[in-house]
Amino acid sequence: MADSLIIAGREFRSRLILGSGKYASFELMVKALEASGTDMVTVAVRRVNLGDRTKESFLDHIDPKKYHILPNTAGCYTAADAIRTAMLAREVLDNNWIKLEVIGDERTLFPDNQGLLEATRELVREGFVVLPYFNDDLIVARRLIEAGAAAVMPLAAPIGSGLGIQNLTNLRILREEINEVPLIVDAGVGTASDAALAMELGVDGVLMNTGIAGADDPIAMAEAMNLGVRAGRLAYKAGRIPRKLYASASSPLTGAIE
Amino acid sequence: MTIVVNGDQTQIAEGSGISDLVKSLGLVTERVAVEVNKRIVRRADWSSTTISEGDRVEIVHFVGGGEGDCD
Repeated sequence: MADSLIIAGREFRSRLILGSGKYASFELMVKALEASGTDMVTVAVRRVNLGDRTKESFLDHIDPKKYHILPNTAGCYTAADAIRTAMLAREVLDNNWIKLEVIGDERTLFPDNQGLLEATRELVREGFVVLPYFNDDLIVARRLIEAGAAAVMPLAAPIGSGLGIQNLTNLRILREEINEVPLIVDAGVGTASDAALAMELGVDGVLMNTGIAGADDPIAMAEAMNLGVRAGRLAYKAGRIPRKLYASASSPLTGAIE
Repeated sequence: MTIVVNGDQTQIAEGSGISDLVKSLGLVTERVAVEVNKRIVRRADWSSTTISEGDRVEIVHFVGGGEGDCD
């Protein structure tokens, strides 16, 4: 597969990963996933609603053979909770991949890096493929890689904020310094140009949820993100022109009529 | 006997196993994971694991979720 995204030895055609939350209906979610071209979708782990038996289950709508299911530890504020959630997630589909979130603050949903590192170490020891969400800190990234993370996922901006990449400089540094595992931007993407910009910087992939699910027309936005990620990737690989302060004529300087 | 399932008190027959409980709740085996008193019980062990009075059971499944959300 040409230019595929490879995480823990597994190939993905698409460099866009989607979350499955906040959709108005399962039907809409399925269509958005389709339009996005994604190969991988994150899911949360929650109690079965025993009181309301009419509620359909996520797996009724998403075929694990078509999409790689990536359980997450959304809503976990401690390493212990995240580890426990990951273990439960693994039991559902015998799938040892986990998108690890250990949250440190309710308003910003910024990660608790200490808890994150602890949980990463423990889950790697338990044989999980760990994809941690963190802030764009190079040192934390290195620690996560040392701990055995299969990819590192810096936030562009707070989850659901739609602000796009807030710290371009940091992200560029991360891209230059990290080559052991894929670098995937996660959180804060608002529109297609945000995703394209991330890919133009050379990151390996983008993960988003609210940017699509919260759009007026999620299916159209999913397609936009699909194109944005692909455009950004192509542009990155094409090798852009340098930025110059002054003009550089495109037409020959000689042979003009006088 | 009384046990707690997903936070709510529930009555089940004495000597019930996890398989019995999951079936009686009408759940699809392959879609859920089960914890008893904070210890995960693997699916392969469901039929051989009995539940005791007062046990706290958690039954979870996958729901739509991206990052951070709790609903």
